[in-house]
Amino acid sequence: MSPLLQGALTILVGVFGCVGYFYAANLVLDKFIFPAKGPHTGRNINRANAVRPWLFLFPAIFALSLYLVYPVIGSLIRSLHNRAGDEFIGLGNYAFLFSDPTFLTALFNNALWALVVPASATFLGLVVAQLTDRLSWGNIAKSLIFMPMAISFVGASLIWKFVYAGDPDIGIINAIRDNFGWELVDPVQLPFWNNFFLMAILIWIQTGFAMVILSAALRGIPEETVEAAIIDGAGPLQLFFKIKVPQIMGTIVVVWTTITILVLKVFDIVYTMTGGNFGTDILPSYMMSFMFRDDGRATAVAVVIMIVVLPVMIWNIRQARQEMR
Amino acid sequence: MAELVLKDVAKSYGEVNVLNNINLEIETGELIVFVGPSGCGKSTLLRMVAGLEKITGGDFSIDGERMNDVPPAQRGIAMVFQTYALYPHMTVRENMAFALKIAGQSKDEINQAVTAAADKLQLTEYLDRLPKALSGGQRQRVAIGRAIVRDPKVYLFDEPLSNLDAALRVATRIEIAQLKEQMPDSTMIYVTHDQVEAMTLATRIVVLANKGIAQVGTPLELYERPNSEFVAKFIGSPQMNLLDGEIVEAGEKTVVKTAQGGGTITSDYPSRPDDVGVKVSVGVRPEDMVQTEASDFAFEGTVSITEALGEVTLMYFNQPDGAEPVIAKLPGVHSNLRGQSLRLSAPSNKVHVFRDGVSLHYQ
Repeated sequence: MSPLLQGALTILVGVFGCVGYFYAANLVLDKFIFPAKGPHTGRNINRANAVRPWLFLFPAIFALSLYLVYPVIGSLIRSLHNRAGDEFIGLGNYAFLFSDPTFLTALFNNALWALVVPASATFLGLVVAQLTDRLSWGNIAKSLIFMPMAISFVGASLIWKFVYAGDPDIGIINAIRDNFGWELVDPVQLPFWNNFFLMAILIWIQTGFAMVILSAALRGIPEETVEAAIIDGAGPLQLFFKIKVPQIMGTIVVVWTTITILVLKVFDIVYTMTGGNFGTDILPSYMMSFMFRDDGRATAVAVVIMIVVLPVMIWNIRQARQEMR
Repeated sequence: MAELVLKDVAKSYGEVNVLNNINLEIETGELIVFVGPSGCGKSTLLRMVAGLEKITGGDFSIDGERMNDVPPAQRGIAMVFQTYALYPHMTVRENMAFALKIAGQSKDEINQAVTAAADKLQLTEYLDRLPKALSGGQRQRVAIGRAIVRDPKVYLFDEPLSNLDAALRVATRIEIAQLKEQMPDSTMIYVTHDQVEAMTLATRIVVLANKGIAQVGTPLELYERPNSEFVAKFIGSPQMNLLDGEIVEAGEKTVVKTAQGGGTITSDYPSRPDDVGVKVSVGVRPEDMVQTEASDFAFEGTVSITEALGEVTLMYFNQPDGAEPVIAKLPGVHSNLRGQSLRLSAPSNKVHVFRDGVSLHYQ
């Protein structure tokens, strides 16, 4: 069977399977288990209504447990075992991690990423959202800025490889340096600063995301509060920072934390650009270097990442819930 | 000296003209109310005074100074919005202090102004609350307080009561009237679509219609001597009855023969000799209608519906060709009138005559 046909068939089976499950399960519940007739009609209807949510949630709960909860617990257990997985070594893998300088570099770099990328992307997104709001060609500008969101991280990295290329006929940075007669450099090999050159890629991708969400939030600000502030004598900057930004603070925090979570998981950019060399390693790419070679250590890194992401995620969900109220 | 002067002021959005030939002089200490049907441009005119909308024609000045291109904050105005427009992230105190802070006043001055305004509006105990913890009436008071602390020359109110419930609306209306009395030197412009607010608050009412001013006058002037059918129908509730007729006697007083019923009615409005034979509309307010047994009457009809309100009884006379029903408001309780045929007339000083929609009184 051709893969195309196979794909189509999978989609069909999946969609109709879901519809079929909900329909059939509902039917069985109402007609056979708790039929709405006979001596206990009222009681049966109440019981059916109590069971129904669980019946409908079951596929999701089942799939999430199988593919999320089980692997998390499995990883935790695996991270306490040795390379072969047959010997329990307690926190041995973790002890190794914190004694490995590469891990510490990765941890430091990751912290750097988590600070710089969300802050820059959110700030740029906010500024772009405000500046394009009143422009006649604002929507075109927004579309252009949003476009990188549609590119995969690997694709984006390949594009930026050209930007950072050493050949002045290809890479714009070296083209500029060449123009001024300066020495050519390889940006991704500059110690410490190469981290920021890699971050630029993710900022380039995520600014569009921040812009779209914040632009909608800015439009949601009641126009009268802005007009009242104008009458009160606020200038454009005061209007922006004292009236508009505080009113969308909740949204800003949600955008910020969402990007933070993404940053802590991103690995493709580093893997494609430097492979974690030249001091650019971050936790996910460091984990990749152990995968299939020492699953005990790899899973230990995974657990560390999870522990780091967890508080940000909880905060994010809390903020998002508050926003919805 | 007139404090606010609007001279040939106009507003258009591109090709679309919304306001034309607005000529108005407002004296210091007046409370001017803009009324008019929705979409007549009353809020737009207020926003032009505030500086939130650009004035596209004519001149607007405050104290003799041309204001067309002066930014809102420097016009000496303060505005109260329909939706309150409080800054949701600031406490009541911060809301009121915001303008003063921007103006760079000292902490002591700000504190003094805020405390005084809060005192005046009974907001002292709410000063450290956020707007969301306040009721609608309290929020509106904060919005007014925010205007007061700036000590403006002109207060602008854009339908400030329409987001409040009925009982609160009456209470806040009275508060605004008292506030005005405490500040006799401040000028206020108030936009509303509610006649009662207009009649009770205004020094003068400006009726806006048809992209311009229909009539300016004190509330009672507009009620007693409307210059057009439009103003006559807009002021007063239920609205004025208009009966078709023809002038049969001109002079100091005008006698009109009504088309329906065939009787005549006399008005104190003067008319010229050559007006005889002209088709006109006779306007009589429902509350001015009196029952008559005389053979000369203005209107005869069968009562279709009665509404007994206790203090008055409203009677509706349905018109044969689907025209608006004639309404009469008689004092006291009248039972068993429904289905009866009644003859109505009105005293001559309460009868208005309009020719082509314009009052004979002003011709």
